[in-house]
Amino acid sequence: MIELQGVHKSFGPKKVLRGVDLKIDSGESMVIIGGSGTGKSVTLKCVLGLIAPDAGRIALDGQNVAKQDRDAFLAKFGMLFQGGALFDSMPVWQNVAFRLLRGSLKRPKSEAREIAIEKLRRVGLTPDVADLFPAELSGGMQKRVGLARAIAADPQVIFFDEPTTGLDPIMAGVINDLIREIVVEMGATAMTITHDMSSVRAIADKVAMLHDGVIKWSGPVAEMDTTPDPYVRQFVSGVAEGPIEAVR
Amino acid sequence: MISASLAGLGRASLGLIAGVGRAVIFAAQTLVALIRPPFYLKEFLQALLTIGYFSLPVVGLTALFTGAALALQIYAGGARFSAEQVVPSIVAIGMTRELGPVLGGLMVAARVASSIAAEIGTMKVTEQIDALVTLSTDPMRYLTVPRVLAATLAVPVLVGVGDAIGIFGGYLVGVTRLGFNPANYLQNTVDFLEFWDVGSGLVKGAVFGFLVALVGCYYGMNSGRGAQGVGRATKSAVVTASVMILASNYILTEAFFTS
Repeated sequence: MIELQGVHKSFGPKKVLRGVDLKIDSGESMVIIGGSGTGKSVTLKCVLGLIAPDAGRIALDGQNVAKQDRDAFLAKFGMLFQGGALFDSMPVWQNVAFRLLRGSLKRPKSEAREIAIEKLRRVGLTPDVADLFPAELSGGMQKRVGLARAIAADPQVIFFDEPTTGLDPIMAGVINDLIREIVVEMGATAMTITHDMSSVRAIADKVAMLHDGVIKWSGPVAEMDTTPDPYVRQFVSGVAEGPIEAVR
Repeated sequence: MISASLAGLGRASLGLIAGVGRAVIFAAQTLVALIRPPFYLKEFLQALLTIGYFSLPVVGLTALFTGAALALQIYAGGARFSAEQVVPSIVAIGMTRELGPVLGGLMVAARVASSIAAEIGTMKVTEQIDALVTLSTDPMRYLTVPRVLAATLAVPVLVGVGDAIGIFGGYLVGVTRLGFNPANYLQNTVDFLEFWDVGSGLVKGAVFGFLVALVGCYYGMNSGRGAQGVGRATKSAVVTASVMILASNYILTEAFFTS
């Protein structure tokens, strides 16, 4: 279970998070929605420890993440970055097996390669992709490789940062379905941030609406379309009129 | 008006002090990481190849032409007081003590500091640095330490090779253009060259290599967003590394040769 209590974060005079409270149960897929620049990525990076929050508490399975051993903590996580964030100096299979080639999860090279190829297969890529470099792949293939890397070490928690950004609708649908399948199959806790409503409907068990640095609404995805919350209604319907300013 | 100027001056001073502080902390963190595992051997060897081996042509050519020009200049200058015979020894001392390490360091700064800053800066803006962290890998140990260690070890070797090529450049000009006897030229070079002439240049090379890689990594890790941010980081890395080489060269020369 991931729990955020009163998380604040500012960058200079700009207050991005103003007291985020959120709970994600184990095995649950939580999708955080909200407009661009509302602090979705900052929330995610605070949980991972990539950004230190100014105030508040973030806990994983009841343990404050700030007090946990970093390596042991991060070993429980996998993350798919918005742009893939693949290491362009190494071939695809080494990207996927990065964690298995060094550190506490290190395995023999041949075994790591086998696992990488298996994970590539799981995300719909053939073994011949393994020896290509990221620059030789299309955007959709890079996302799949990023997904394979995120699940390579069988993490307990997987984060997805804008998983369908930059993809055509068909490929976006394929990635959404893959994410849902993998999360269910692995029984992992998932936290996704997106403003793509098709992703929300495909991936989410629960949805949280982040706006102006706080969670305005959260609930099951089935209630998202019927909630009277004006922020969610405006965001889901995608109209300019409402409490969310169209120009931020 | 005056208070606004003072405020601006104060802001600039504080910014400068904060920048120096950040750089010093970065250097201290690098030194600590140099002696604490994990160590990434593959990344170190890759950096050694990129920084050392692939810099050989540019350092060698620079040294060759510098040694050749130096021989001509010393011959022309020495002719004013009938001291043409000092060409071999002055070329050797000039190359090993000053021109070899300084020009070699500057060429490495242009080639290596820029490429390190651009590479790491691009990694930062494309979230590859964040990805490293989520994969339980410390960017300082994985990216900075191998490059700094490789440059510290490789640049003295480059300087040594550059010294030899520079002296050879002077020899070629001395023998073919200035009428020196080949055997006498070499004998003069060997007779007047002392161990510390070469040794001091190699020590300078190690210091310059450390500074070049450190500055490249620092600006890469602190790169701004987008293409403009990476471009600015690259430019700043080359300028800062070059100035630091020249400044530290003066300090080292004071320390080595004025006591």
